[in-house]
Amino acid sequence: MLSYSRRFLAAAALAVLTLPVAACTSDKPAPSASGAPAGAPAGSAAPADKGTGEQSKFFVQADYDAQMAMRKAQPTGPSDKPWEQTIDPQLVDTAEYKKAGPYHLCFSNAAVDNPWRQVGWKTMQAEVALHKEITKFTALDAEGKDDKQISDIAELTGKGCDALIVSPNTTATLTPAVSGACPKVPVIVFDRGVQTDCPVTFIKPIGGYAFGAAAAEFLVDKVPAGGKILALRILPGVDVLETRWSAAKVAFDKSDLQVVGVEFTDGDAAKTKSVVSDYIQRYGKIDGVWMDAGATAVAAVEAFEDAGQPVPPINGEDQQDFLKKWSDAKLTAIAPTYPTYQWRTPVIAALKVLKGEQVPKVWNLPQPAITQENLATYLKPGMPPLHYALCGCEDLPGYPEKWGGTS
Amino acid sequence: MRRALPIFVVLAGLLVAIAVVNPYFLEPPAFLAFVKRAAPLVILAAGQYFVIVSGEFDLSVGSLVTAEVVIAARLIDGSAEATWPVLALMIAFGLIVGLVNGVVTTLLRVPSFITTLGMLLILSGAVFLWTGGSPRGALSEQFRQLGRGSLGPVPWSVLILAVVAAAAVWATRARFGHTLVAAGDNDRAAALSGVRVARVRTVAFMISGLSAAVAAILLGGFAGVSAQVGKGLEFQAITAVVLGGVALGGGRGSVAAAMAGAFTLEALFTLLNLYGISGALEPAVQGVIIIAAVALGAVRFPRARAAAAS
Repeated sequence: MLSYSRRFLAAAALAVLTLPVAACTSDKPAPSASGAPAGAPAGSAAPADKGTGEQSKFFVQADYDAQMAMRKAQPTGPSDKPWEQTIDPQLVDTAEYKKAGPYHLCFSNAAVDNPWRQVGWKTMQAEVALHKEITKFTALDAEGKDDKQISDIAELTGKGCDALIVSPNTTATLTPAVSGACPKVPVIVFDRGVQTDCPVTFIKPIGGYAFGAAAAEFLVDKVPAGGKILALRILPGVDVLETRWSAAKVAFDKSDLQVVGVEFTDGDAAKTKSVVSDYIQRYGKIDGVWMDAGATAVAAVEAFEDAGQPVPPINGEDQQDFLKKWSDAKLTAIAPTYPTYQWRTPVIAALKVLKGEQVPKVWNLPQPAITQENLATYLKPGMPPLHYALCGCEDLPGYPEKWGGTS
Repeated sequence: MRRALPIFVVLAGLLVAIAVVNPYFLEPPAFLAFVKRAAPLVILAAGQYFVIVSGEFDLSVGSLVTAEVVIAARLIDGSAEATWPVLALMIAFGLIVGLVNGVVTTLLRVPSFITTLGMLLILSGAVFLWTGGSPRGALSEQFRQLGRGSLGPVPWSVLILAVVAAAAVWATRARFGHTLVAAGDNDRAAALSGVRVARVRTVAFMISGLSAAVAAILLGGFAGVSAQVGKGLEFQAITAVVLGGVALGGGRGSVAAAMAGAFTLEALFTLLNLYGISGALEPAVQGVIIIAAVALGAVRFPRARAAAAS
């Protein structure tokens, strides 16, 4: 009996230890705020608060304004080849890098650890294979490690590359490595940037603000005033994701919508589904779902289906599983993109530089959103569920098999 | 059962706390949804119980779950006919991984902490190599039904959980369960009294592998293919077992309490979520629980010592 009471004491002590964690943190500025039904725990909020919380410390007004302007701008270049198009180009001369072929291209890749990078990497390899003048292509995979990429870049600069393409793993840490490479070889940076203007060109889609704003504006347009929005984010503190959310916050703050929750999902489908189910249960009804990335959008949709509710307006990304769900379930949806066709552009840019042709200092690629009108164009039966529709790879040799699809 | 009582009291307390915040929680659909969500972890905890009570650890279950789901998606690739053969294959794969863990631990005498940590790394590395970080294929609708659908009002996963729980309780009450506890308590004494320690421990690892296969079937069904599906599950399962009052090092504890520990952990996560606390806190809470539970379990209060001596 006494040993039993000791165990009871242990268990009770545990409960005492863990429960206050829940109790005392509940008054933090949790983004679930006003508009919550009675009884739901939430921090107090000013009437004007849309429940979006503090603005991200990554938010830069000038960058935001620039991206909003680019969304409306008309890109120059062939419209059937968006990876060659550019918005607002400030052309720079590259005569100093001009040399005769054949060329040896080098590429320091941050990682190939997610479907987006997988699709992009295959696309880049296929683009390289298109150009006979590239006789050698050396690529090193940093496996998501800054330190490995720093040594990769150092190694590549000593290998007699004619041009070096870098997709940096992180911005700040890789800056010195890129600065070190610039005097030795023309450097082309894409995807994430670096904090130096020494690369010949920096290639990127419009950016994170444009992604977040496109999704949020769609919800503001489709969800009736006062509607409850659930925002799902992967992780806090990652610049490319923070910009997406901060632009959405700006849009929601100006709207009549109520953001009842901003939750982190770790990009995990089961967790996403659980979080959405919890919100449906807690609020009875969710009127719109905003996501900072599309990988778990299908899980979010399924949470509504399993709860027996109509799926509210939602955004995903250009992955096939979401586009298929959108089409099959006739969702009200939008898919802003961060196009994988940007992996073609660095190869094209490298060849331009080596031929002494002008390139934009910052090569802004168009960043279209998939809408109901053009959904059918991007839905590609036979492609794997995690394939990204905006790969720009359909005209490349080996499509669709090389990308895991069947024709 | 007496030893298991505290965890049930804590669990009841947490359920009441959830119900206070969300009165709808105790209605059948919401409660069943909770049980459905907890089912994979409860099954994993039951499997982990057999390994822990026999005096070992199984750290490989999380990456085994991931490997199972990724392999299933690749092999099924959306085809209905492939569903049942692949399900059988998943069960077999779970048993084989358990067998390897068991044989390496008992016959080669590699500590199970190392064996299963190695298995964790091998499986996650192999999955990454095979998929390159992007799982291919898709699970069929039939497969998804097990984790997603329901028979009338009762989700399939709840029914599967009930069967697993009954089997687990039966196994611990059978001769096998007693020899397992004896092996965990004092393996030399158990061996001297005729228990084939290596064999029962190997079977325990196989049960754990089997539980990972079942959990993978439910998790894959619940949310579909993902390369992160099993991330951290091994620690959640061990936390749940420890929370249920099962002694690390073996020899003491009940499987019912271990499963209640899993429900408690899931209830705690639900409560944290209801209070709007970020999921980032979950690992921290788990850490506090695992240290506190082991520490409190190890503390010997004077009165308790007197009772033990008497």
